[in-house]
Amino acid sequence: MYVYDEFDRAFLGERVDDFRDQVTRRLSGELNEEEFKPLRLMNGVYLQLHAYMLRVCIPYGTLASNQLRALASVARRYDKGYGHFTTRQNIQFNWIKLSELPDAMAELAAVGIHGIQTSGNCIRNTTTDPWAGATPEEIEDPRLYAEVIRQWSTNHPEFTFLPRKFKIAITAAKHDRAAIRVHDIGLRLHRRGDETGFEVIVGGGLGRTPFVGKTIRDFLPKEDLLSYLEAILRVYNSGGRRDNIYKARIKIQVHEVGTEEFSRRVDEEWAQIREGALRLDEAAFDAIRDRFVNPAFEALDDAPAALAEALKNPDFARWHANSVGPHKVPGHAIVTISLKPVGKPPGDATADQMDGVADLADTFAYGEIRVAHEQNLTLPHVRQKDLPELWRRLDALGLATPNVGLISDIIACPGLDYCSLANTRSIPLAQRLTERFADPERIADIGRMHINISGCINACGHHHVGHIGILGVEKKEQEFYQVTLGGKGNLKTRLGELIGPAVSEEEVVDVIERIVDTYLDLRESPKETFIAAVQRLGLDPFKERAYAAR
Amino acid sequence: MTSPLQQKLKITGPTAVTANRLADGVVVWLTAAHGWSTHIGEAAVATTSEAALALLNAAHADENHAVGAYAARVAVEDGRASPANLRERIRVDGPTIAFDAAA
Repeated sequence: MYVYDEFDRAFLGERVDDFRDQVTRRLSGELNEEEFKPLRLMNGVYLQLHAYMLRVCIPYGTLASNQLRALASVARRYDKGYGHFTTRQNIQFNWIKLSELPDAMAELAAVGIHGIQTSGNCIRNTTTDPWAGATPEEIEDPRLYAEVIRQWSTNHPEFTFLPRKFKIAITAAKHDRAAIRVHDIGLRLHRRGDETGFEVIVGGGLGRTPFVGKTIRDFLPKEDLLSYLEAILRVYNSGGRRDNIYKARIKIQVHEVGTEEFSRRVDEEWAQIREGALRLDEAAFDAIRDRFVNPAFEALDDAPAALAEALKNPDFARWHANSVGPHKVPGHAIVTISLKPVGKPPGDATADQMDGVADLADTFAYGEIRVAHEQNLTLPHVRQKDLPELWRRLDALGLATPNVGLISDIIACPGLDYCSLANTRSIPLAQRLTERFADPERIADIGRMHINISGCINACGHHHVGHIGILGVEKKEQEFYQVTLGGKGNLKTRLGELIGPAVSEEEVVDVIERIVDTYLDLRESPKETFIAAVQRLGLDPFKERAYAAR
Repeated sequence: MTSPLQQKLKITGPTAVTANRLADGVVVWLTAAHGWSTHIGEAAVATTSEAALALLNAAHADENHAVGAYAARVAVEDGRASPANLRERIRVDGPTIAFDAAA
């Protein structure tokens, strides 16, 4: 965990005071809505269908147990008892009253969290691998660099009014768990000889015009990270379109000017600032590194006897098989907590569940929790010997669904049940799909599968990169859903392809099941995953069967 | 930028004006007395574009009580408005998913 210094704490306190004053002046009529709206957005406050929504930033998805308890408290005291974890490692509260927001924000600021830069045309929360600092795959902990970016981008005077919002993601592992190729900037930490640096990917994004990001630099020395990011942002800020909100993201600029020209402009800008104040030396990294408090891991052996014994229980073994990952420290493991129980809204957690997970983190996981972009939680450091007891207690909280990475581990946006932009509902469809695919043995047989649902073309459910992507469209005030196949959001990102006309709300679950059955019938063996089968077979067999019964 | 007072509004059926209450975001409907009600059945219903625009202008002029006002098509039965589409039904009745905050 990164520990904020006095500057950070003072800054958060002042922002709460400012916002309290702004809310008071708005409620008294001293500020009108036009004046107030940008102020609330800068603090992560949106107006949605039913109420104000507060989006709280969870820097690079890392939470301490006391912070998760503060989120639970806000859910309980100021909302309706739950929160919704998002694909950008944040959390949203859907029922906050404007008049109570300053008090909620003060509670959060007391533990170092806030909604600043979770909205507006600024640099948003830098996201990273929820397994950072724990996975043996990574070459370094990417959170160090995410924190460097947080400090640089917070209240950056030049980048507070960009053409459009701007999102950065970092990974340092060979498996991309941060979807870096569909971000405005994706950073992949890798080594060249003894040196550590970044592959820099620019112009990825989903929404109504999806693009896979383009690499503009294979290897950026880490000391140049901020000067190079600043150069990219300057090129975007000065050349990105401001005449059309739908063409204002950097992906459109990169597409319109071409990767080579964009890269040339960045280099030109970079040459002017590279040796300046943004150059990072080891002392700067050390100063930030020193504020990260890492667990004092116990010296333990892998595969303890208690775990081997527990694995004889098939229910525990099933959960273990898809929820537990390898850890870099012997005797430890990474645990993903599914927030996708059958029939429940994906990504939601109740206040009681948040408190429960915080307690479990303190008891079994050195007090640390992560939020994954798949809308699940992660306990990054769990002693293997504690896994059976952890599983039992998660089960008691309703959080031991053995479906991580499987078909019912669905990513879904809030959709028309909450969002003022949505055309169709996402959550009820996700619930119906989890009910259709509720049998643990069946979903284990189907194997690795990602379904992503977006309730409108803005693609907050990342449907373009779902193995099965579902996009809600409205036709004559009725809900219809387009289906795409073959997308994936890892380092080999591909956008899914549309299989045909949109299907009605009544039909869509059956259509998905027929696609899945087609895969089960045509796969070469259970080892051939759904996405591999789609790539081998093409869309035609799935298309035929999907529409056969219509 | 065109002033809201100068804007045109085209309606396709009975129309009411809805917004969110400033202090808490609760969904409200403009009444005939140009007040706000949480009950859609108490909404003023316009049947011409001119009347709908007049309601909308009245709503925009009252942004210290309700914000984000827009004209929404409604169904009318026995003189009382009710939601005419899914979006407004959800705004009136709440999300179509069960709350499970006590789980």
